[in-house]
Amino acid sequence: MEPIIQTEKLCHTYSAGTPFERFALVDVDFTAYRGEYLGIIGHTGSGKSTLIQHLNGLLKPTSGRVLFEGQDIWESKERTRQTRFQVGLVFQYPEYQLFEETVYKDIAFGPKNMKLDDGEIDRRVRQSAEFVGLGPEILEQSPFELSGGQKRRVAIAGVIAMEPSVLILDEPTAGLDPVGVSDILRNIHDYHVAKNATIIIVSHSMEEVARTVDRLVVVDDARIPFSGTPREVFAHEEELVAMGLGVPQVTRVFHRLRRLGVDVDDTVYTMEQAKAAFLDVLKRKGAV
Amino acid sequence: MALKDITLGQYFPGNSILHRLDPRTKILLTVIYIVALFLAKQLAGYGILLLVLAAAIAVSRVKLKVILKGLKPILFIIIITGILNLFWTPGDILWQWGFLKLTVQGIWAAVFMVLRISMLIICTFLLTYTTSPILLTDGLENLLGPLKKLHVPVHELAMMMSIALRFIPTLIEETDKIMSAQKARGADFDTGNLLDKAKALIPLLVPLFISAFRRADELAIAMECRCYHGGEGRTRLRQLKYKTPDIVGIAGGLLLCAGVGVLGHFGL
Repeated sequence: MEPIIQTEKLCHTYSAGTPFERFALVDVDFTAYRGEYLGIIGHTGSGKSTLIQHLNGLLKPTSGRVLFEGQDIWESKERTRQTRFQVGLVFQYPEYQLFEETVYKDIAFGPKNMKLDDGEIDRRVRQSAEFVGLGPEILEQSPFELSGGQKRRVAIAGVIAMEPSVLILDEPTAGLDPVGVSDILRNIHDYHVAKNATIIIVSHSMEEVARTVDRLVVVDDARIPFSGTPREVFAHEEELVAMGLGVPQVTRVFHRLRRLGVDVDDTVYTMEQAKAAFLDVLKRKGAV
Repeated sequence: MALKDITLGQYFPGNSILHRLDPRTKILLTVIYIVALFLAKQLAGYGILLLVLAAAIAVSRVKLKVILKGLKPILFIIIITGILNLFWTPGDILWQWGFLKLTVQGIWAAVFMVLRISMLIICTFLLTYTTSPILLTDGLENLLGPLKKLHVPVHELAMMMSIALRFIPTLIEETDKIMSAQKARGADFDTGNLLDKAKALIPLLVPLFISAFRRADELAIAMECRCYHGGEGRTRLRQLKYKTPDIVGIAGGLLLCAGVGVLGHFGL
């Protein structure tokens, strides 16, 4: 697979040289590949938010490099600016960034900054609104009249409208009800499929990320201790618990069964896999 | 981000004598010190006050670098005052070039003026560096208590001040966050002419105001839920009490002020 974003020995220190000095990232080597669905998990304050803000050039590395398609994003001012459009970043609680009179104008803010022509802006606004499930009648309303879940979609549409080849979302489902959560995750997945975009989703909910992602990167204490497929990562149950993260509930149950001596595949992490594993055990015992 | 580096009125936690003094003592001492600064006339007076300030800084354990950083915003005023005093004080001319006259008296006046302004700022900074904002407003409210008889809403003013102080860091953080979010959508806050820059602030200011109003609303509800109804009959968690070091401190301060006053009277 071809890497799209890479960091080399990335370090970031907040308030360097004051009594409040804090090392947020230490020698981080991170890679995201083109077209993959990547999850970043880590405890609050582990450095995951700092990491993603480097990927689109919002934060400048204290030392180390950030490469987008093999080129240093800090090479020139223009390059940094272009990276902001190619790597879309949706912050936590993005609904607090809305400011325009109408939903349409707010979604158009990004494309307008890209200096696109009006026809193209119109196409992108309508398409991205559709992606997040907002009807055309909502486009002319004020964003401040909408419900919390709808505001969140408007904010996400505002980033999608720039049609970034990498879309990063920081806790996109925080504070939403279960229906809202699955809707947003489905919208993100639709964008992933339609544009073959790389998706990076930051979360601390193991269940949520386990179901959707191809690969997981664990951030703990300013470093990346391990990464891999969910199967590989969840095998490190003890380390994950020590980091305050844990594994999905169903994985915990299967690890426990294994320890109790049941000959069962304990690498499952979704309900579907759990069902298959159980049926397999029963089949071998001749019960089914 | 430069926003985070603002130290105006920022409290540096510590456990020095200066930190532990009653906030009222520190406010009074600051006032006394400022009065003394204006009573000082010549080298002896300024020398003593400078020594006292240096001793206070040493005791507080606040780094000198941090204190000098506080002077940066008014550096321009200090320099202008210095230059004005240097060249426009009448007296024995040392050197002249056109309308610029350098006089002996001018040099002294400039030195003293610059010292006076810097020391004034530094001593008030020292007060805010060693006193938490909450204690500071508690102290002010207590000291201004007698004004309640004149129907001045002292408690309400103190409450507003502590709320304002409490929310400065929150709003700075919020500004930082919204700025990043808009930059991620290609907003540009740094380039263009004045009009462009003012326009670029709209995507920052609108969400900031909305969130400030939302916070104010939430805070009001939270306060009402806890039966807040103003200052009447309200007791405090921390009762302010003068202790021996406070009495010694104030006595020392008054003595210092008197001493400098007397020195000034004799032209020293």
